[in-house]
Amino acid sequence: MIRQIQYGRREKVLTCGSIWICASCHTCSVRCPNDIDFAHVMDALRHIALRSGIGVGEPSIPVFHKAFLDSIKGTGRIHELSLILRYKLKTRDFLKDAGLGWQMFRRGKIKVLPQGFTGGKEVREIFNAYEKGATR
Amino acid sequence: MREVTYYPGCSLHGTAREYDESFRGVSKLLDVSLHELEDWTCCGSTSAHCSDEALSVALPVRNLRIAEKHNREMVVPCVACYSRFKAAEAGAKEHPEYLPSPYEAKVSVRYALDFFCDAAMIEKLKEKVVKPLTGLKVACYYGCLAVRPPELTGVKQYENPEHMDRLMEMLGAEAVPWSYKTDCCGASLVMTRTDIVVNLSQRILSMALEAGADCIVTGCTMCHANLDTRQAGLPAEGGRNAIPVLYFTEAMGLAMGHKETGKWLGRHVTDPIKALSDKGLL
Repeated sequence: MIRQIQYGRREKVLTCGSIWICASCHTCSVRCPNDIDFAHVMDALRHIALRSGIGVGEPSIPVFHKAFLDSIKGTGRIHELSLILRYKLKTRDFLKDAGLGWQMFRRGKIKVLPQGFTGGKEVREIFNAYEKGATR
Repeated sequence: MREVTYYPGCSLHGTAREYDESFRGVSKLLDVSLHELEDWTCCGSTSAHCSDEALSVALPVRNLRIAEKHNREMVVPCVACYSRFKAAEAGAKEHPEYLPSPYEAKVSVRYALDFFCDAAMIEKLKEKVVKPLTGLKVACYYGCLAVRPPELTGVKQYENPEHMDRLMEMLGAEAVPWSYKTDCCGASLVMTRTDIVVNLSQRILSMALEAGADCIVTGCTMCHANLDTRQAGLPAEGGRNAIPVLYFTEAMGLAMGHKETGKWLGRHVTDPIKALSDKGLL
């Protein structure tokens, strides 16, 4: 990846699925003999890919991130059931993990209703800045 | 009585409910008074830092500014939230332009595991252990963010951490040596690339079985969810093809004889109750 960046292969790097499959575990950063903070580099590559509107290699992953951020913008906190439904509506994959969801529901792990919160104005301002790209 | 601010984060109000319940339970027994941060919002988690750096700083800082109003340290059991708070502290310092006004990082943010591993807390805990976990072999699974990046977590032994191992041994358990303490389970890829998470998680589960552990102990909500719920099809090792996964706070509650431990453990998908009952611990 680093070599591709050095060669300036912008499209190849930004459309590569690996930048989305990276789970940000930071193992590469702590073990790199050249002290490259590669986890941070991956973050930057994702940001550039999103902003450039280039077709991404693992489209479901940014779709999930968008659903996650929309959830925060809407209710301030992640209500897991709403997030899962929001994501599944976009991917149309309704049956995956349905059985597991039921098992977790039975054990009281799934909250049916989101909680109220009053910080909506501040959260909206944070997202307004993000959507306008005001801080970049 | 030690007064601390408590930031639960979204998971502890949902799928990691037993982590919230056990954290509250053991805090009370250790004379720690928790004040839940008023009007907290999500830390932004993986999705914010994968999407935009300024957003990944602004969301945690909103909570830190509320916490600053109180003269208390803030304890965070969810290590993913903790990691975002530490990254936001550093980000706000390096890039003040990300925020509408400067953030000075006056509040001390502690990860719950580190908080309970403090010398003073360990001394207090020693007095409260009434049902030592004798005969229980545990594999301490730290995951990624409890130790990495070390410049944010302050953990010196980030390749082979031992603080959770020592905490478990203090509770009377035997912490088995194994080499997957800080390997990644795949975290939030569980929603999008479940195949990767099943692969990574089952490798960790298999290695814990091979190390002879009766259970895995963790302090990460994502690790717990992935390891607890992705055991279907796990190859048998020494006649076992499943291994319970406990939050370290549940193990503490068990050793301190907290009367609700059974209720917390009843929320797990991979049943820990049978294994613990067989050992005479529950």
